[in-house]
Amino acid sequence: MVLKKLTEASGIPGQEKEVRDILKAEIDGLVDRYWVDPLGNLLAVRGDRGPRVMLAAHMDEVGLIVTHIDQKGGLRFSKVGGIEDQVLVSKRVLVGKDRLPGVIGAKPVHLQNHGEREHPIKSEDMYVDIGAKSREEAEKLAPPGTAMVFDTCYEALGERIVKAKALDDRAGCAALLEVLKEEYELTLCVAFTVQEELGLRGAGVAAYALMPDMAVVLEGTTCADTPGAEENEWSSQLGKGAVLSYMDRASVSNRRMIEEMTRLGREQGINYQFKRTTAGGNDAGRIHLTREGVPTASVSIPCRYIHSPVSVMSLDDSDSVVALVKAFLKSVEGGFLPND
Amino acid sequence: MIDLLQRLATSHGPSGDEGIIRDVISQEISKHVDEVRTDALGNLIATKRGSGGRRVMLAAHMDEIGCMLTFIDEKGYLRFSTVGGLPVHYLLARPVRFKNGLLGSVGTEKIEHIKELAVEKMFIDIGAGSRQEAEKHVSVGDLVTYFPAFYNQGTRVISKAMDDRAGCCVLIKVAEQLKDCAHDVHFCFTVQEELGLRGARTAAFALSPDVGIAVDVTTTGDTPKGITMDVSLGKGAAIKVMDESLISHPRLRQALVQVARDRGIPYQLEVLVRGGTDAGVIQISKEGIPAGVISIPCRYVHSGAEMVDTGDMQAAVNLICAYLATDLGI
Amino acid sequence: METKEFLMEIVSLNGVSGFEQPVQDAVEKHFSPLVDEIRRDALGNLIMLKKGCGKDRPRVMLAAHVDEIGLMVTRVDERGFVRFAAVGGVDQRTLPGQEVIIHGMADVLGVIGQKPPHLMSPKEREKTVPMDELYIDTGLSPDRLKEQVSSGDPITLRRKPTEMQGMITGKAMDDRAGTAVLFEVLKELARMNHWVDVYAVSTTQEEVSLGGAITSTYGIMPDLGIAVDVTHGDMQGVPEHKTYALDKGPVITQGGNIHPAIYQGLLKMAQDRSLPYQTEVAPGPTGTDAWAMQISRAGVPTGLVSIPLRYMHTSVETLALKDVINAGRLLAYFLASIDPDFMEGLKWS
Repeated sequence: MVLKKLTEASGIPGQEKEVRDILKAEIDGLVDRYWVDPLGNLLAVRGDRGPRVMLAAHMDEVGLIVTHIDQKGGLRFSKVGGIEDQVLVSKRVLVGKDRLPGVIGAKPVHLQNHGEREHPIKSEDMYVDIGAKSREEAEKLAPPGTAMVFDTCYEALGERIVKAKALDDRAGCAALLEVLKEEYELTLCVAFTVQEELGLRGAGVAAYALMPDMAVVLEGTTCADTPGAEENEWSSQLGKGAVLSYMDRASVSNRRMIEEMTRLGREQGINYQFKRTTAGGNDAGRIHLTREGVPTASVSIPCRYIHSPVSVMSLDDSDSVVALVKAFLKSVEGGFLPND
Repeated sequence: MIDLLQRLATSHGPSGDEGIIRDVISQEISKHVDEVRTDALGNLIATKRGSGGRRVMLAAHMDEIGCMLTFIDEKGYLRFSTVGGLPVHYLLARPVRFKNGLLGSVGTEKIEHIKELAVEKMFIDIGAGSRQEAEKHVSVGDLVTYFPAFYNQGTRVISKAMDDRAGCCVLIKVAEQLKDCAHDVHFCFTVQEELGLRGARTAAFALSPDVGIAVDVTTTGDTPKGITMDVSLGKGAAIKVMDESLISHPRLRQALVQVARDRGIPYQLEVLVRGGTDAGVIQISKEGIPAGVISIPCRYVHSGAEMVDTGDMQAAVNLICAYLATDLGI
Repeated sequence: METKEFLMEIVSLNGVSGFEQPVQDAVEKHFSPLVDEIRRDALGNLIMLKKGCGKDRPRVMLAAHVDEIGLMVTRVDERGFVRFAAVGGVDQRTLPGQEVIIHGMADVLGVIGQKPPHLMSPKEREKTVPMDELYIDTGLSPDRLKEQVSSGDPITLRRKPTEMQGMITGKAMDDRAGTAVLFEVLKELARMNHWVDVYAVSTTQEEVSLGGAITSTYGIMPDLGIAVDVTHGDMQGVPEHKTYALDKGPVITQGGNIHPAIYQGLLKMAQDRSLPYQTEVAPGPTGTDAWAMQISRAGVPTGLVSIPLRYMHTSVETLALKDVINAGRLLAYFLASIDPDFMEGLKWS
């Protein structure tokens, strides 16, 4: 299934090819034309009548990149996108196109000084061990610039819940593909963007080229409904439906679009919830400020533990997102416009 | 000027929800311009046509800082996020107002020391006893502002939202005072400046002006052991040289200084270390636009008791009108 | 004119971000014989075009920023000491004891002073003095000073360049070294045939906002852009893997900000021509004009070549002249080699 294929593919910011190729194959036949722009965004258009509605999801995932090889053959790295150092220790990664297994180890407890365990290990002090016996061997197998992603496979976790890496935002990509399976009397502008995790780099450029009248961003968003967080800090909750947000650090959603989506949600019995925090940002941040401005809203799938090796989402939430976006597009087809 | 300023300052218009202030401004400015329109982000653009001169963009932002409701707990207490750079300690134990006029007090969970104060620990209390009761009056997503008290003593005015309703007031007065201007003047009342100069970006892209001047407030260096700054209340319009968002176009800045000198308009030169304005994004729009700022000195910026001097505001109005009577020097 | 002389001349000039025109005037003078068209834009960028030959010529933009970090007068106090703020990323610890020039009605020489050690408490000695507590001493009386200096006047660090065992040290090497690379590129291209139209841009305000790169790229609409900037040269106390050796060649960057085909193209050219080079992985923002160029309009394939520079953002920035020359040669050969196949290869497969 496509979400499995997408989450198990490798695509750190700037090296999204594997993911792009999967998506190209998926949209072939579903759109009138598609192309890849100078940054690597996969853009597509279907239809030529009615308002231009942009649907966006980003292809890149957070990961690591080899920066240099140390004397002993360890791969020293930088994080690409925001990852907390604390989730890196004692993990497996897949290195390069050939997906060589590598490990990020840690000093055994027996060898630690008293109190050492109180302090987190900094990523600058970590390295990936691919079992190379020398610097030269390591350099040949994984030269600087090689991408490394978490070694996590897609699997079910209980009922209707799945775990995988990169749900942010392969879940959004998969939902977008699902939405495309319907017909709409609209000009659909599809953007699978690059480098969102590096600062929303691909989205603005895509919107500049597509010139939409409005945009919907499909994201995988934080879901902090876990122990240690107070109820008002639960940014979203698993299983409670598509996440709509009024505002985050990068944009204020178009109110009319949000109001329309909540109306549709109520009328059609589609589960939705409001984001309880205003932290973070997504491609909407760049899209809404392109050219003369684009009314934009995000519809997101709650994902626990995003930006870590394993994240968790509910398939029901994904279904809610798909249903809500489809209903919204039908509403635009029927004449809805986000004018104030 | 004071009446207009009061109407503007006490109107509700936090970033992202500028509807009410936009209507107020639209009503005030319509009679002085040829055309008024609203763009995709909600910017209000009022145009006064000239007679074949240059395209001038004047920008003042309509939005003010505030808070947005994120969660209503079962006892009816309201949790929130700040919208724009609102220092949370300015809110503690102060009244705030909703769009519909409802008032609330701001409280905090118990803390040992003021250093522990954080927005996650704070809440707004509207006196509802339960979630159901609260939901009858407010919803998640509602925006609040400082309680709108407005006082003036002679030319000194104390109120919320002088940032940047004072600038909006100056623009409206310019529209009123400007006669026979050769240039096409676009008065842009922008949205979401407090969130990162957002409205100005798209407004400038659409207008492609020949020159852009923002009118916003700036801080002063004239309070006890205050920041190192040469700007004082009551010493005239401040002509900006540099802030975090831009270095003013030198010829534009020099032209403004020359006009001020020639016409005897009180002015001061401004270097602001922390803070930016709409001019920052106007300057880098498309192929670049000569941009600058005329600032209104303001003490206690981003509090509920910002202080300006209407003499400085009038100087700003006079300076802009006088400048627009020239060939702009660019 | 030799590239070394050009570099020594332009780093001696004063051009803090926002006030670059004196340097742009010198750049224009020296580049005029090497290009076909010159214009300046609203932000003071100097855009110089050397036309290529052939049909459907792609537009290639090279950018090096001409602004230097510096200071600005915030106020002149009652006793005649000048207070200031930073323009760009200035480390306040590099300032005490530095000579400066305040560019007011006339150029006024000053010294940044600090409390003598004898009068400092142990606690004070442990902390660096924040920028707004430092001051410039000009020796002038407050009245004389106020005639010449006002708020908003730019201030440059006073430092003339000098040679040091084959290295060159001075202020503003970041990024006038890049400007010198562009000079070398155009001198080489004068003797070569090339298909592409080359837009050599001396950009402004990189240190504060990348504003020059943003507007110039928008205006030029290049098909390909390469920024030429500086990167960290090796020094004691900084891990080796974060810096580059001097005199071992310019640094070619790869990463999200860089189009892979441009990285590969530059790498291959260096190898084919046996030019010394080093490589760098930049996982995110490169902190250069390339960051702005890449997302102009509908996107621009971008590259970055950097000169290793020790002690960046001080008045003793140090580099190896040979790295500047080699960077110039590498870029000239690369630009001359761009053909339709290469442009086709920019498309993502």
